[in-house]
Amino acid sequence: MNILKVQNLRKAYHTKTNEILAVKDFSFNLKQGEFVAIVGPSGCGKSTILSILCGLDKASSGKIEIDKNLKFGYMLQGDNLFEWRTIYKNCLIGLELENKLTKENINYVNKLLDTYGLKEFKKSYPSNLSGGMRQRVSLIRTLATKPDILFLDEPFSALDYQTRLAVSDDVYQIIKKEKKSAIMITHDISEAISMADKVIVLSKRPSTIKNIYEIKLTNKSTPIQNRKAKEFAYYYDKIWKDIDYHV
Amino acid sequence: MYSKEHKEYLKKIKINKFLIRLSQLLIVFLIIFIWQFAADKNLINTFISSSPKAIINTIINLYKDETLFHHIWITFYEVIISFLIATIGGIIIASILWRYKFISKVIDPYLTMLNSLPKVSLGPIIIIIAGASTKSIIIMALFISIIITIINVTQAFETTDKNKIRLLQSFKAKPYQIFFKLILPSNYNNLINVCKVNIGLVFIGVIMGEFLVSKAGIGYLIMYGSQVFNLNLVMTGVILLAIMASLMYYLIIFIEKKFQK
Repeated sequence: MNILKVQNLRKAYHTKTNEILAVKDFSFNLKQGEFVAIVGPSGCGKSTILSILCGLDKASSGKIEIDKNLKFGYMLQGDNLFEWRTIYKNCLIGLELENKLTKENINYVNKLLDTYGLKEFKKSYPSNLSGGMRQRVSLIRTLATKPDILFLDEPFSALDYQTRLAVSDDVYQIIKKEKKSAIMITHDISEAISMADKVIVLSKRPSTIKNIYEIKLTNKSTPIQNRKAKEFAYYYDKIWKDIDYHV
Repeated sequence: MYSKEHKEYLKKIKINKFLIRLSQLLIVFLIIFIWQFAADKNLINTFISSSPKAIINTIINLYKDETLFHHIWITFYEVIISFLIATIGGIIIASILWRYKFISKVIDPYLTMLNSLPKVSLGPIIIIIAGASTKSIIIMALFISIIITIINVTQAFETTDKNKIRLLQSFKAKPYQIFFKLILPSNYNNLINVCKVNIGLVFIGVIMGEFLVSKAGIGYLIMYGSQVFNLNLVMTGVILLAIMASLMYYLIIFIEKKFQK
């Protein structure tokens, strides 16, 4: 079942001297429980698409069909934790803003923190946590408001390579366990293949869809394991050619 | 328990801190001693440069006249009132400018102009409008500190991490929520710094105001002393001011530490 339908999305930016067409023609559907990755060369308008989908920005034209009852969660580059709040308080910020600090919701946050190994850190401040743990807190903060669709905007790009692998494994499993649908933007091809069910490749600006790959791996499991699948190189090669990097 | 090495390290820090304090005190005593010595031996003209003993006598006389604390209180009162209005008012105006970028852009050139204008030049106008009273002094001090407060605080608010703002927006936060949950707490250190600068500026304003119009206060003492060529009184005023200003500064540091988590 499709929970999100995007048709012929177009977005232009206006500056004093120029009009920049960021997104020309973008259509796709998101199914319930699906994990979609969007890859493309840097500056191609990936983030623009995400901002529009989650309502932070307006499209110039096009249609976005979405169930009114569905909620979004947005996770952006870096963890953006508030240093003056404890981990627990950081996780509650979304609920505070939406005036939903009910007993049930607070219990849910506590459960998430306990389940994902942050029980002892509730009263700590973000500066006492490692990069990976901070990222986990940031995900729990997003999950706290019980979103149906997660939007991930290069969520791991601030981390070093090893942490990045571990954290993407972590985040992937949490998302799957909580049965969320997700759209992730990344410029890292292997990250996209290892995590997503479907990879959308965008062209250079003004961006349109170049190709869509259904990722079918044998023994599909966690992102780190998926990297070892024999089809991995095949997809990597295909997407690499699509993106057409030039130095 | 700490290891021996760590204990020694801690001891070293303590000794170092003690030496710094000791040297600081020594400098004060040395200055007072040399000053008094030079005065006693007639190496300097005490009529112009006064002397520590004369200053202490002046303070005692003021105390006996029951005017010492009156003058201190008047200046203190003016400083506190102007400081509170300038800081709180400045932050409120800066918040409005942060919220309404249009207003901010419209008044920007006027703020810049007022900021570079020497505020003393407004003295006569203020006195004519507000009268030769405490009110004029407070307005004077306000003018000196509030403009720069508005400019600094607005700038600090503007540099708040855009990603964090986006994050709150993704939770459908309203502007007032963004302000109270993010802008204000994330700029805590900047606001404290503004307070520190403001104490100094407000003192300048108050003393300048007292020079122009006043019947009491430390600025009045200095002005009066210079008019009757009583340099002891002038020096006393300056010393009292120095003590008051540093006490206020430490008060802010104390408050800063108290409120830090």
